[in-house]
Amino acid sequence: MATPVHAHKPSDSYLSLSMPDAPTGATATLTGRWDIALRDLDFALGLDADGDGQITWGELRARHAEIAAYAQARLTVRVDDADCALAVGTQQVDEHTDGAYSVLPLSVQCPQPSAATAASPRKLELEYRLFADIDPQHRGLLNLSASGGTRAAVLGPQAPRQSFALGQTGQWQQFVDYAREGVWHIWVGFDHILFLLSLLLPAVLVWQTAPAGKRRQPARWTGIPRFAPAFWDVLRIVTSFTVAHSITLSLATLGVVELPSRLVESAIAASVVLAALNNIRPLFLGRRWMVAFLFGLIHGFGFATVLADLGLPQGALVVALLGFNLGVEGGQLAIVALFLPLAYLLRHTVFYRRLVMVGGSWLIVALASGWLAERLFNLKLLPF
Amino acid sequence: MHRTSVFNLSTCVSLAKAALVLILASYAFVHAAPFTPGADGQVLERLPARATDPRARDLARLREAWRAQPQNLDSALRLARAYYDAVAAEGDPRYIGYAQAALQPWWNDPAPPPGVRVQRAVLRQFDHQFEAALADLDAALQADSELADAWAWRAAIHLVRADYAQARRSCEGLASRAPRLIGVACTAQVDAVTGRAAAAASSLQAALEAQTDADPAQRLWALTRLAETHERIGAWAAAEAAFRDGLAVGRDDVYLLAAYADFLLDRGRPAEVQLLLKDRGRADVLLLRQALAARALGAPNAPQAAALGRELDARFAAARARGDTTHQKEEARYLLGLRAHEPASLQAALTLAGSNFAEQREPADARLLLEAALAARDRSAAEPALKWMAESRIESVALAGLASRVKGLR
Repeated sequence: MATPVHAHKPSDSYLSLSMPDAPTGATATLTGRWDIALRDLDFALGLDADGDGQITWGELRARHAEIAAYAQARLTVRVDDADCALAVGTQQVDEHTDGAYSVLPLSVQCPQPSAATAASPRKLELEYRLFADIDPQHRGLLNLSASGGTRAAVLGPQAPRQSFALGQTGQWQQFVDYAREGVWHIWVGFDHILFLLSLLLPAVLVWQTAPAGKRRQPARWTGIPRFAPAFWDVLRIVTSFTVAHSITLSLATLGVVELPSRLVESAIAASVVLAALNNIRPLFLGRRWMVAFLFGLIHGFGFATVLADLGLPQGALVVALLGFNLGVEGGQLAIVALFLPLAYLLRHTVFYRRLVMVGGSWLIVALASGWLAERLFNLKLLPF
Repeated sequence: MHRTSVFNLSTCVSLAKAALVLILASYAFVHAAPFTPGADGQVLERLPARATDPRARDLARLREAWRAQPQNLDSALRLARAYYDAVAAEGDPRYIGYAQAALQPWWNDPAPPPGVRVQRAVLRQFDHQFEAALADLDAALQADSELADAWAWRAAIHLVRADYAQARRSCEGLASRAPRLIGVACTAQVDAVTGRAAAAASSLQAALEAQTDADPAQRLWALTRLAETHERIGAWAAAEAAFRDGLAVGRDDVYLLAAYADFLLDRGRPAEVQLLLKDRGRADVLLLRQALAARALGAPNAPQAAALGRELDARFAAARARGDTTHQKEEARYLLGLRAHEPASLQAALTLAGSNFAEQREPADARLLLEAALAARDRSAAEPALKWMAESRIESVALAGLASRVKGLR
């Protein structure tokens, strides 16, 4: 009767193909494996010889040649418009979420278009027809790795022929992609910027405590006389922040250290509050580079979460890490390069000393306290 | 996650998608470790049925007939129908693809024969393509208004879409072309969600008593509707009796098992759920209930709950990897039931429950959205469900309780 039934696990196969970075010899060779569910093979070929509702290794092994031929006939691989030859190796078995699969090791031999050109292949085409006639809902989940990059695609009757450009996701391209993400992240990551700015704001100022005779005049910020000390101060702070977050970003990304993200995000917010409070009532005047280092360690964990969310390419982890980190540093340097000359020019004005330095710091304290409360208690208070 | 809101939204979405594809792709392959079994006698896979099981034998016979003449409309339709019945009984979606294969000669035909249209609609609604399914049913009825199946499916889909006027009209169409019990049950299921639950239950009860010789499938269907109606108005004993009568019909039915399991979970009887669903984990909806029951049994069953949770996680990941979005309801319930200690899971559950409710608006869908909104303390997200409750005038003890708690949220 008409009762809507809900969906479950339909039929999938898992096809992974990889192309070595530098093909050698006269043929470009792909290797791979193809996992096909025993249930599906049974439906197509009838593996359960004794009809007892179970497929044994013996029943499966007896049909290996037939399975290989069946699968081979339903996958066409073309590289640069030339048909490749598929060979299936010794089959094994593997378990996936919905049962046992036959594992077909693949080796793909592709002719090179012209013996003279040693260029690496540019295009891979796949034509996937497995089970299209008996189960149009079947899909082949492709994992293609070539030139250091990994791509996923869903193959099946909905898109029986698919083409993949090779050599586009080279190491350099990946490096550039991740570097861009790093720059982007530091620019939109308000908490990192505000932390850094809070530490940098006083770099063009000096904290003047009242001379012995004038006790009633309160301590205050005044402009620094020369550019050089300001520059060195900024350099010290930025360098220690960078070194510290590079250390923890690398450790976290490589899986050496792990911290709960709520703790990390809360500590980052706390670091911003602290850095800004220091501008209103200095606690660690000349030692701001230490603060930058200490909290830089925490910020590194925050960067690592972002990098993990972006997804890391298999086999190119170091490239991604390096690219992302250098991107963060580049984005950070751009901010500093913009900040320092402006702040130095304005350092004697009341606008900078009172409004930017003190008023701005209060604003930062308020904003970061909001973040801290949000992150500690998992609330949503602020629109950003 | 607080920084993400300053991202440009579409960048964020595309980044998330790219990351997801990478993660899923690596998931499917990293965990694989192929092996060579040691002995020929080692059992690798248990099939859903032995070749000698009655259903398996029937399916094999119908498949042989179809294979002999794949262009023959009658044998193709018979096979497709039998496969869909198998889906309802076992909850195994592979049969959906097999049914579609039987209809392949007509599948892409813009105007196939009415019988194919009805069967294509049934398969399309399984994929949540409700509009396309309704178009097929309307066209089939245009060609042949005597197709009782088409009326019944039209009513079912309009109910899911919360179009009660059209559902009622379909029941009228069905009533004159089906046994009395079916006509009454169809109208009763519309009445039950539109403020006439008590009347619906008594008319259904009377029709069941009047027609004791009904076809088992039809009796099962009517009893399931009766049980759900009693359950909604809080008549627990009557609901349980109807569920048990439904089970006593002796036909496998995933929907009935899931509904009864939910009833038992709500009554705080998880141990009975474990007995009821033993060895039924092949169907995701039933695996979900097994996991919820293990969780409800507390500390001694915590390892089992965790293992079932991992299994569900893997299945949802596998579904996403193939681009399937029909699991939103189950995944939201899983996140709420087993992963509620993670704030990110609560947000994800709310998103899933919300988009599920945009697609399907039955009492269970509304309940899920209210529960997700409560867990995330987000009253505004519950608005669509509250609005639907007011408009449909549904009577439901569970929904009313949740709604008043949601309205209490600041």
